[in-house]
Amino acid sequence: MAQKVLMKGNEAMAEAAMRAGCRFFFGYPITPQTEVAAYMAKNMPKVGGTYLQAESEVAAINMVYGAAAAGARVMTSSSSPGISLKSEGISYMAGADLPGVIINVQRGGPGLGSIQPSQADYWQATKATGHGDFQIVVYAPSTVQEMADYAFAAFDTADKYRVPVMIMADGLLGQMMEPVVLPEPKAAGDLPEKPWATCGHGMARPHNVVNSLYLTAEDLDALNRERYERYAVIKENEQEAECYRTEDADIVLVAYGASARIARSAVNAARDAGIKAGLVRPITLWPFPERAVGAQVDGAKAFLVVEMSMGQMVEDVRLVVEGRVPVEFYGRAGGVIPTPDEVLAAIVALNEKVGE
Amino acid sequence: MSQDLKCVVAGFGGQGSLFAGKVIATAGLMEDREVSWMPSYGPEMRGGTANCSVTLSDEPIGSPLVLDPNALIALNQPSFDKFLDTVVEGGVVVVDTAMVPNVEERPGIEVIGIPATKMCEEAGLKGLGNIVLIGKLWATTGFCTRESLDAAIASVVPASKPEKLAQNRQAIELGINA
Repeated sequence: MAQKVLMKGNEAMAEAAMRAGCRFFFGYPITPQTEVAAYMAKNMPKVGGTYLQAESEVAAINMVYGAAAAGARVMTSSSSPGISLKSEGISYMAGADLPGVIINVQRGGPGLGSIQPSQADYWQATKATGHGDFQIVVYAPSTVQEMADYAFAAFDTADKYRVPVMIMADGLLGQMMEPVVLPEPKAAGDLPEKPWATCGHGMARPHNVVNSLYLTAEDLDALNRERYERYAVIKENEQEAECYRTEDADIVLVAYGASARIARSAVNAARDAGIKAGLVRPITLWPFPERAVGAQVDGAKAFLVVEMSMGQMVEDVRLVVEGRVPVEFYGRAGGVIPTPDEVLAAIVALNEKVGE
Repeated sequence: MSQDLKCVVAGFGGQGSLFAGKVIATAGLMEDREVSWMPSYGPEMRGGTANCSVTLSDEPIGSPLVLDPNALIALNQPSFDKFLDTVVEGGVVVVDTAMVPNVEERPGIEVIGIPATKMCEEAGLKGLGNIVLIGKLWATTGFCTRESLDAAIASVVPASKPEKLAQNRQAIELGINA
């Protein structure tokens, strides 16, 4: 078995990305994601890759666009305000069907907000990463091990569907260290062919064009429809979630990322107090794991969604539950991390409310 | 296996509280336990209470933030004052009395003061007060085996600085025998 090492979440994502064949990183410093860029700056040259600190987030994401168009595995990372700046470029990537990986180590918002951990960018990641009709795949790891695993897998998903993929972390996961077993590095020959890429070919074929501008409305309509057929396949194939103690659960918590760790502790405390609580932990935020959440509706008396925000994912849970049982929310905003005791109190209150 | 360790290490920036936490976390890694290490990275870094939370457990760890420690290493007065009342009953507080003039007691909590910084300076180990205090915490709680503690030190000290490794080992011994 490969050796366990102690790493920060930010560093584990960077290392795993390089092992997945990422050879270009363009970024701009911002707390609490800076270790991703620092790790890349130190280590990317050792594998013959390119690390570049751009002059801004806008520049960085457009460099990602360029490298992706040339067929490279490429990544950028930032934290909440920086992701807003990148959103134009992400929309362009989606419009040009370019694969690439974007890390968001979320911090409190809106505006410059705080530098403390937060999950207030759920809507941005899943509904509106930029203008226009598009989605990106969003992974929400909950441990340093998953940060490595999904940073690694994200490149395959991106290439497979030709979509941008986001790793949705937060300051807690980015800054903490846990033991991690890193994925085995991919050989250059294991990476997928990209016949659409705009790389040199010695005039062996017609030019490839990578573009997101279509002035004929009907052409753009058709292209959007084709893209949404791809999204339907992603929705069918890529939903991921973990269920914990849900078999007989009356109160089903739904939480992702850092808040899922806290929710899990609260579920155990509730069980110790005689309340049948369980947790569904979305691992993909888009596509939202409708099947895993939906499977709990029949057995549950109520849902409790826990987020480090004012309540965003709770809307997707309500869309799945369709009013059949109550869906309540507990959250802390601005960078405050909820405690297991606070979440337990919310479980106890909800359990009393929905009764025997 | 042994009891969970939920530890906070706190001090001024530069006193090595994050490094000390990493040593403890690495000791847990050596024993293949569940481990988490979480630094403060917000404004408290400037207030003299730069700190990290370390958990060693046999169960998956929920929040890596330790709010109810059973062990506290306090490297300065503001950290001692801030975290003393978070320590649970039966917990252990190891404090550098060379840096913390006002050491208070709490019923049900074992507060152990040693002048770690001064001891280090006298032994020619300037800057290793944090490691001395780990030695004392280990001697008091036995949070890992001696082999794991030694392996952790060897793993965390950069291989390029062999002289540092010897000094760190000496500092651990100072703490254990204090």
